[in-house]
Amino acid sequence: MTAMISLRNIWVEYGDKIVLERVNLDIAERSFVSIVGPSGAGKSTLLRLLLGQEAPSRGQILLDGVPLKPECGPDRGVVFQRYSVFPHLDARHNVLFGLECAAAPLTGRLFGAARRAALEEADAMLAAVGLGDNGHVFPAQMSGGMQQRLAIAQALVKRPRILLLDEPFGALDPGIRGDMHRLITRLWREQALTIAMVTHDIEEAFALATRVLTLDKRRHDPHAPHRFGATAVYDLVLDRRVKAEIEAIRSITIDENDNN
Amino acid sequence: MRLVNIRPTRRTTALLGAAPLILLVLAYLVASASRHAFNPADKILPTPGAMIAAMRALVIEPDVMTGERLFWSDTFASLERLGLGLAISTLWALIAGLILGLIPLMRATFGALVTTVAVIPPIALLPILFIVFGLGESAKVALIVIGILPLMIRDIAAYVESLPPEQMIKAQTLGASSWQLALRVALPQVMPRLIHAVRLSLGPAWVFLISAEAIASDVGLGYRIFLVRRYLSMEIILPYVAWIALLAIAMDWVLRQISQRGFAWAHGAR
Ligand SMILES: Nc1ncnc2c1ncn2[C@@H]1O[C@H](COP(=O)(O)OP(=O)(O)O)[C@@H](O)[C@H]1O
Ligand SMILES: [Mg+2]
Repeated sequence: MTAMISLRNIWVEYGDKIVLERVNLDIAERSFVSIVGPSGAGKSTLLRLLLGQEAPSRGQILLDGVPLKPECGPDRGVVFQRYSVFPHLDARHNVLFGLECAAAPLTGRLFGAARRAALEEADAMLAAVGLGDNGHVFPAQMSGGMQQRLAIAQALVKRPRILLLDEPFGALDPGIRGDMHRLITRLWREQALTIAMVTHDIEEAFALATRVLTLDKRRHDPHAPHRFGATAVYDLVLDRRVKAEIEAIRSITIDENDNN
Repeated sequence: MRLVNIRPTRRTTALLGAAPLILLVLAYLVASASRHAFNPADKILPTPGAMIAAMRALVIEPDVMTGERLFWSDTFASLERLGLGLAISTLWALIAGLILGLIPLMRATFGALVTTVAVIPPIALLPILFIVFGLGESAKVALIVIGILPLMIRDIAAYVESLPPEQMIKAQTLGASSWQLALRVALPQVMPRLIHAVRLSLGPAWVFLISAEAIASDVGLGYRIFLVRRYLSMEIILPYVAWIALLAIAMDWVLRQISQRGFAWAHGAR
């Protein structure tokens, strides 16, 4: 299968600090890639590159063979661990937002029949993430799990091809996490998404993904630790045979702390 | 139980809050009465009767020269200046705050300017304003604007800047342009903060209004207070001060109501 996203010799440097070095990666369409690694390894940085929020210092990112513009676009949705819904809008209007932006460049609002049609679409999306009865609830009144469901609905209503998740379930209770795993797996299949998810939960990484990527430093300089960046040290495509290797990867240091 | 854990009920809070005010009034009445016992012509602490008599002349009876009820023309003149100053400042704080907070290029260009203007004591600029605008209404309104606008802009800009970057990124992935970010993400979230900034600016705005009126005016609450000071007319000054306090409290209350009613999401409504 040809790659949908290609990273060619990517470097990310902030000043003289090298965060990512020599990252080469091909991501196939409709795959579900989990990204794990110790805190500060550059997982969020990698996601920001895919999102187009930042450009790499060196190297090239191709989307369908075309260089990616360093700006966010509606073909790539995102859900962060927190703060990815709008506190001043209720659930329906949070989802409606994306539809309104595209259709009404000047006012950012829809009226009349166009608005009714968009609201119907938003309601359907809310129902798909299990928030069908919560259209008029504001984020401040929602649990963490509901807020993340809303953030997912908000992103998916734009029908993105790629969904980027940065520790989306990191702040949730373990019980609720299971529900969210089923939800995201279903949406991934139904909407033919390509997903890249950063997580510090190794079980989650293996339970959901078709491929698990571990970012870490290959080389260490004890006197100048910032001079070496992280790269993909393990890259496991999951099939039955590889599931057996899960135990092996457990020995890798994985950060257990929330970070973003 | 620890002192820090004792929480008054609503009723107790109201009673406790009223107590110092009532005590203050009582203390005044006692002091005024004792002074008048020694010297019936005392001017420093006038009796309530003297205040009522003096105010009746201003509130109800028309002035012999102008035919106007001075208390009301003072009130309307001051409120008009204050209202204009606040309205202009609020509008510009909103516009400039959004622009500076959202657009790094604008922040780089004008950020230092706003900070510089904010540290100049506005009263020091008053002579310049009188020279530029003359002694009319615009100089007084301008003093209020110059006095409160820079800080309001800085507050709003800092607030816009502090909105979670995740939100701004998310909005962009949903297709929002810079204009839509300002209109649909930043503007509505800034509104409660803007009202808050106006509430905090009410105090300084009154200070600048009274100062401007004291220096050059022929009507206004501040003008009247400084005029009658020459005759030691405490029986007019004290009710005027109380009236100014009442107006300020009422304005603050109205603004708080607007914020709570209009922006319930920002007040943690459950
Ligand atoms: N804008 C930035 N400027 C400087 N350093 C940064 C910036 N963004 C991230 N970093 C650094 O890059 C490293 C990787 O960050 P991040 O990608 O957030 O790690 P992770 O998500 O894997 O925990 C961290 O050491 C962080 O301090
Ligand atoms: Mg991170």
